Amino acid sequence: MEEVDVEPAVTNIPAASSGTHLGFAWGPGDILVYETLYKASGTGSGDIHEVRKDEDIYSPILRKLFNESHHIFVGLQTIREDLPSKNKKPQFVSISKNYRSVIRACMEELQQVSILLAIELIWNLCEVLFIDAAPAGSLLLHLLDWVRLHKADVDEKAREVLQSESPAEHRDYWDVPGGTQTLTEFDVKWRHWHEEVDRCLQDNSFASNKHLELICKILVGDEDTLLEHKDLLSTWYHFLVTRLLFCHPTVKPTELHYYAQSCLTMFLDSRSVPEPLDSILLAAFEFDIHQVIKDCSIALNNWWFVAHLTDLLDHCKLLQSHNLHFGSNLREFLLLEYASGLFTHHSLWQLAVDYFDHCPEFGRVYLELQIERVPLDTERKALKVLRICEQRQMSEQVRSICKIMAMRALRNNRLGSALSWSIRAKDAAFATLISERFLQDYCARGTFSDLDLIDNLGPAMLLSDRLTFLGKYREFHKLYGEKRFREASKLLLSLMTAKIAPRSFWMTLLTDALPLLEQKEVSHHIVRYAVYGQVLSL
Amino acid sequence: FFFRFAAVYVSQKISKSRWRPVSHSSLQQADIFATGSWDNEDNKISFWSIGSHGSSGVEDGFEGDPQLLCEHKHDGDVLDLQFLDQDRIVTASSTGAVTIFRHHQNSQTISVSQQWARAHRYPSDNAPCTGVVCSSPEIVTVGEDGRIIVFRADQEGVIRVIDNADSSTIHAVTYLRTTEILTVNSIGQLKLWDLRQQSNSPSQILSLSGDRVPLHCVDRHPNQQHIVATGGQDGMLCVWDVRQGSTPFSLMEAHSAEMWEVHFHPTNPDHLFTCSEDGSLLHWETSSQSDIPSFLQGGRNSSMTSRSAMAPAGGNQSLINAWLSGDSSKGRLETTHMLPSQTLSVNSLDVLGQCLVCGTDGEAIFVNRQVPV
Repeated sequence: MEEVDVEPAVTNIPAASSGTHLGFAWGPGDILVYETLYKASGTGSGDIHEVRKDEDIYSPILRKLFNESHHIFVGLQTIREDLPSKNKKPQFVSISKNYRSVIRACMEELQQVSILLAIELIWNLCEVLFIDAAPAGSLLLHLLDWVRLHKADVDEKAREVLQSESPAEHRDYWDVPGGTQTLTEFDVKWRHWHEEVDRCLQDNSFASNKHLELICKILVGDEDTLLEHKDLLSTWYHFLVTRLLFCHPTVKPTELHYYAQSCLTMFLDSRSVPEPLDSILLAAFEFDIHQVIKDCSIALNNWWFVAHLTDLLDHCKLLQSHNLHFGSNLREFLLLEYASGLFTHHSLWQLAVDYFDHCPEFGRVYLELQIERVPLDTERKALKVLRICEQRQMSEQVRSICKIMAMRALRNNRLGSALSWSIRAKDAAFATLISERFLQDYCARGTFSDLDLIDNLGPAMLLSDRLTFLGKYREFHKLYGEKRFREASKLLLSLMTAKIAPRSFWMTLLTDALPLLEQKEVSHHIVRYAVYGQVLSL
Repeated sequence: FFFRFAAVYVSQKISKSRWRPVSHSSLQQADIFATGSWDNEDNKISFWSIGSHGSSGVEDGFEGDPQLLCEHKHDGDVLDLQFLDQDRIVTASSTGAVTIFRHHQNSQTISVSQQWARAHRYPSDNAPCTGVVCSSPEIVTVGEDGRIIVFRADQEGVIRVIDNADSSTIHAVTYLRTTEILTVNSIGQLKLWDLRQQSNSPSQILSLSGDRVPLHCVDRHPNQQHIVATGGQDGMLCVWDVRQGSTPFSLMEAHSAEMWEVHFHPTNPDHLFTCSEDGSLLHWETSSQSDIPSFLQGGRNSSMTSRSAMAPAGGNQSLINAWLSGDSSKGRLETTHMLPSQTLSVNSLDVLGQCLVCGTDGEAIFVNRQVPV
């Protein structure tokens, strides 16, 4: 791919004092810039500046485009592969029209003529040529619709020229080809008519009426006449379709590029270089899909268009599988680029997940790397991120997120929350940590905190030995408090023998055992273990 | 039926959507709703109208796409939103703030009427306020800090704080009675609090006997105050009788991911609505086999048993609620998916009369004006 050489844009950072030496670091979608001490003149500010390109993804109106097209994209991926292709084509055309209507809806909201106009123009042409694949005959009608739709200025005069008053005998011309007659029939009729009009012009039948003569010249597609009225045809492709209408209405798709090239050349005599849009349209007329995609990728600053169009074309089986240097195919490459861009957005990252899901080669890896960078400001958000990871069996990310949230909860002394996160991750080690905290609290204060939690551990108790001990130990206290000494001592005994009590707690357990020795119902075993324990601790 | 949704893309992820209350005396239809956004650098609260005036004779529900009336910046994610009265809403923010906004209908503007910043907090950090419920002028909020706070609109300061009401995050709160509230938390407990008591302990704790699945939402039956529905992380719908024991009466599989909200229909409580992270919105309808409304059927109808059947204490058997014997396999419970196709998470829903509004993470609001209730 050729590199496009352009001068890099210069961005001034207003807050940074002039003459300072700036250091920087790349972020996922931005650059962090700071003033260094190198070449310091006076004190530099200790600020860090975040420099971000004014991306389209931050525009509220374009957000609607991203969300609505995401919906269409997901629907497209779920079209069943096993349907015969003739059933699928109308679906693909319909999906293409859905995409375009979303673009048009955004266009209406944006006040000024924007890049969306060009995007819709290109997409529409691609739909006509590639997806709908209109054959000769209806091809021209589609192209007429295409041009009419995109005539930015509704020029009354131009319309008049196109729909000129036909002399009565030429009424037949307006019969729709492919309606009640075959293409050949139409072609024969049309040629006959064309010859007639030509003959009329040659023998000056209309010499008395300049206006009518002009119309006839246009009707036979006289190039010079058409070019004289260039200002009415605002664009070369309008000129192209007009010329085709009057010269070659039964044009075949494969013949298009001859006319396109010549029309472009004829139209652009004042400018030497065609604009990017012109090259793209020309590539489309040449049915060079890859060139269209390549040129669009360079010309547009957002991957949205090429990603979605390429995906649709891929579903229509129109892309040859080009293996790019880095292993994935063109469709996947573009989708990955688009989705990665979405992931840098504080809100649109959720859309990106579905795009990664439908990139079979690298989607998962990309998602694994990106999802860990989503900031988890609230539990609600963490839960959503977790759900995404769990649904895709990304167990490492699940553990990591739960650990972050559990640590945060622990720091804020929210032991119940911390335990809740450990349970979600089935993190026995962390559950142990939390139990230790409880036990430490108990040793320090002599009472349990958060009884609502410890008393209601349920099956979660089994997550870790320490947690089980905690639950059972609390139960012992409850039994003792209810004066159920026999059960209490039995429980205490089992705690000692089951070896789930932490070493540091043995003394505490023994101390707890002492008052029980005074109770009549206590069994002899307690006494024996108490002595045994005393011996060990010496 | 799901063709009757009007959808609007709003360029913000909607965390909450609530209908403005209508007085029962007037036959007014639901007209205005409020939404809150989340996960934006600049979050907003907005008021919308579906313009139900002059909609007589409109058969299809497409007319009346929601129109934005006005909006206002909101600091932090809107984690909960409730109408305090016709003109004011209260929001719970991820910054820990509780804010009252006033909607000025004449000028279609919004102003901050009152705010308690950092109502919920940690010693050295913000703690998100996760839920708010109000019964004007009283406002009760809960948060990740495990606090329950009682405020009074138009009074500065707080009326009462219950610190460490919970060792885990309290996800939602609702009124059981005028002086009693219910909270649900992230270790799967439903707690009753009697606000007349000075004690800082709940009067009752209920939980599932199995795993401690976090609970995210709770709603009380509008007529029968002992019937409560909850939903949580596993997407199951639980219906509880808070008078009876400590475990739910019935458990129903509902969603394949977190259930974010559950609502009994306020005037037709045989209908219940749930929405979930899995992108679906379910309409539950319980029906009795006979023509007698379910709530009037007594214990004579012996086929109304639930999985954990317990004879209600007190002998008053005439109010066995159909929800308590809800069991979808028995065919007396019907569930319908309301949204036409899978969307991103449906975070919130509200239903009033025949109108339902919901908001999604796909930055869309859906309104249905002909809910079959």
